[in-house]
Order: sequence, then C-alpha cells, then structure tokens
Amino acid sequence: MPTPDEVFEQVLAEEQAKGSSPVVATSRAKAARVRAERGSKDPNKPDPSTAPRKAPAAAATATEEKPAAKPAAAKAAPVAKAAPARKAAGGNGAVPERVQRLLAVVKPEAIQKVERQPMDRVNVWPHLMAAEFVALLIVLILITVFSAVVDAPLRQLANFNQTPNPSKAPWYFLGLQELLRYFHPQVAGVTIPTVIIIGLFAAPYIDRNPSTRPDDRKLAIVIFSFFMLTFAVLTIIGMFFRGPGFNFTFPWNDGIFFEL
Amino acid sequence: MAKSAGWKPKEKLAERVDELHQSQLWRSIFRPGSIFRRGYADSPRNRAYVVMNSLLYHLHPVKVKRHGIKLSYTLCLGGLSFFLFILLTITGIYLMFFYRPDVGAVYSDMQNLQTQVSFGLLVRNLHRWGAHLMVITVFLHMARVFYTGAYKPPREFNWIVGVILLLLTLLLAFTGYLLPWDQLAVWAVTVGTEMMKNSPVVGDQVQFALLGGPVIGPETLLRWYTLHVLFLPFIIVIFISIHFWRVRKDGGISGPM
Repeated sequence: MPTPDEVFEQVLAEEQAKGSSPVVATSRAKAARVRAERGSKDPNKPDPSTAPRKAPAAAATATEEKPAAKPAAAKAAPVAKAAPARKAAGGNGAVPERVQRLLAVVKPEAIQKVERQPMDRVNVWPHLMAAEFVALLIVLILITVFSAVVDAPLRQLANFNQTPNPSKAPWYFLGLQELLRYFHPQVAGVTIPTVIIIGLFAAPYIDRNPSTRPDDRKLAIVIFSFFMLTFAVLTIIGMFFRGPGFNFTFPWNDGIFFEL
Repeated sequence: MAKSAGWKPKEKLAERVDELHQSQLWRSIFRPGSIFRRGYADSPRNRAYVVMNSLLYHLHPVKVKRHGIKLSYTLCLGGLSFFLFILLTITGIYLMFFYRPDVGAVYSDMQNLQTQVSFGLLVRNLHRWGAHLMVITVFLHMARVFYTGAYKPPREFNWIVGVILLLLTLLLAFTGYLLPWDQLAVWAVTVGTEMMKNSPVVGDQVQFALLGGPVIGPETLLRWYTLHVLFLPFIIVIFISIHFWRVRKDGGISGPM
C-alpha cells in the first residue's frame, strides 16, 4: 500500500496530466493524502476536496474552527489557509472517532474559479480598527461638548388651541414643507416624496453603467448632485428664510424662526 | 532589604499569572486562540485572532483592501452612523427610566428629567443632537455611496437595504420628535402628518392609523412612543444586520474607483 505522501504525488501527477489548474490539483492531491492517512476506515465520508481551500471570502470564516473539541488542531490552525487536510494530519490520532462538521458549502465551480486579482490587503486590526476608534472618539467628544454647551429645546406644554407662528416640521422635512408653497399638497406632500423614494430604490437599475470612475459617469453625478443641491437649498430656505405665516424673510433682518 | 531576602515580586507575580492562565476557569472562558489566554504578541496570527475571537469585531473581515481604509474614501460615515445608533440606544434607554408616555405626566417628566435627574439634561441633549447628527451622517453616507458608485452590481441589493435604513432613520427621528410633548414637538408633528393626509384614496386612513385618531392626542403619544422605543429599533436592527452581512457577501468595501 502506498504511503500518504506517495498518494499525494501520484494524484498530483494525475491531475496535472488532466490539465487541472494548480490550485485544484494540489487540493485534490492533499485530499487524497488525507484519505490515505485515514486508511479505509470511512470510505463513505464526503469528499474533502470539496471542503474550502482558498474559497475566497468563505475561507476565513469557514476555517474559524472551534478548537476546543480538538485541542491538537489549535496549533495547526492558522487563519485563512488552514485546510481541513492539514488539520487531520496534525490530529496525531488522539481522537479516534472524528465528527465531521460542515464548515462551508463551496460549489465545485467556486473552487476552480480562483481568479481573484491579487490585491494589496491589510489587517483590519490594527489598521482599520484604530482609525475607526479614533473617529468614534472624536465624534463622541464633539457631541458631548456640544451637548454640555447647547441645551435641547423644551417649549411650553403642548397647547392645541395656540398654533405657533410659524409652525415648522422637523428640519429633515422642511424641504417638503417648502415645496408645499409651490405645488398642490398632493404633489408636494405625496407625489414628490414617492417619486424620490422610488427613484432612490431604482438607482442601481436605472444607472446601468458598470464603471465607478467619476470620469465615466458624469451624467449620473450631475443628476444626483442636482437633486441633492435642490433639496439642500429648499431645506435651508425652509429653515432660515421662512418667518411668520411661512412667508419669506431674511434671517439678518427679522431673526431666525427655526428650532432643531 | 526585601531584595536581599530573596523576595522577588516580579517572578512571584509572573508565576501567579501563569497559574491563572493555566486554571480551568480561565481556560474555559478564554478559548484556545484567544489573545487573553496567552497574552497578545504582535504577529499576523494574533492580528487575525483579535478580529475572529470577538463577536463585535468579527463584523469585519480579517483583512481589507488597502484603499478601503483610506479616510478620504468612506469618511467613516457608515461606521459613525452605526456608532450614533448605539449611542442613541444607550441614551434612549436611560431616558426611558424617567419618561411616561402619558399626556398627564409626560411634560412634568420632561421637566423633572432636566432639573432633578442626574445627568438627565446632558443625556437628553446627547440623545437629541445625536439623532440630528445621525440623520445627517446616514444621508451623507448615502451620498458617499452614490459618488463612489458603490451601489453598482453586485451591491444593488445592499443599496436598497440602505435606502430602507435611511427611511427608518427618518421615521425614528420623526417619532422621537413628538415625545417631549411641548409646543415645538406637537406642532412640528402636526405639520408633518398633515402632508400624509394628502395621499390619494387612503390619505385619511393613513393619518388615522398614525395618529390613533383624527388629530394628535393621547393615543398618538403612546403609539409613537411604542414605535420609537420598540418597533422601529427592532426593525432597523434587522436591516442593519442585513446591511452589514451584505457588505461582506458582496466582497467587502467597494472600489477602488
């Protein structure tokens, strides 16, 4: 009977003769080696060559094992590259009956399509997390200082017989309230918001241009910026340039009729 | 003198720490691979373990594209929106201890909160300004995603989830706006809900369902309170989860442009 290493070489040679890609060939050879090591104890086991080896995104999570069940595996379990084959090899027979866990289902095609471009990648810890933590701290400090200095408004008890003049919606709806000055309520209050929401939902299906380079998508950027700016202008007018009766005022003449 | 007697506190301490690390209790809490089990040494494996062994951190992959950590690409807007959501949840729970959604009690509760409760005013300010800021960051996050073309295939579905999150954020902000039950809150909500009345065919019914009556009243307060503290947060957490999960499934952060 050939030793596991011989099996490995043999299968590797066969696969190469068949013209499989190097990745597939190695993984099948490794799987065969594992089967050889186990002997003919369990021929009904699912083919480990379908287990994740370098399956792009799945690998990191899939091989994140629970080593408590297999203490010996902890040593042999580095991150994304930990193949089930290696795990079995390092198990040194301490656990006679292995319970196979389904770590991931990777379609055969997925294994063979390992064509992802090599890309410059960095560890999330510490590079990304440090930046996130600093951003979080800055916002926390700013908002705490702001809250210590500026108090949230609390007017008198609600009184339904006394309408304040002007009555304004919360600021994020002031753009729509401003539109009410120009259009019929059904248009400003219903049709336009509905169209905006549907338009946002449909954006990826309207814009079929696959490029993400700003130079290639000037039209999309211009249209989106136009709507954003229009809405920002309407909101700012609603906030600062509308006084009693929601009539036009200048904040530097009559003061600001607006509260957050 | 202690030194001459052979008293070596450093060694003793190291021994005790080692014993602790070997104890069954320690080992049952910190599983193999945890950096707390053996200490943190800066190695690629430990950098991976930091992410993989934490429930919160493993929202992130172990590695990301280098361009994705550039501040100028994301401006941290999505992450900050999430952080503000957490901040609003924490401050909101604190406020709930001192708030009754009952028209007879609500306004005095608000006044007591500001004058009697420890940190009540500060927490209320944090909650209110945080809410306004979250509306802004969510909105800017949407703009960032548009300008970087991050809504294009395969991320169309996540864009839709994001639009839903924007709407939920607006609804959360709007339902919270009524709760102080002062002149500002009630009349702003009156103006806001007057717009919905104009919906064709079902306008009056929509307004009735939202207000719990033809006009704002005690039912509205209870209804919006429940929406604000329970229903909408429940829904938004589900969509936030889908949003984060989709980011990973769609191959991590978009770009480079």
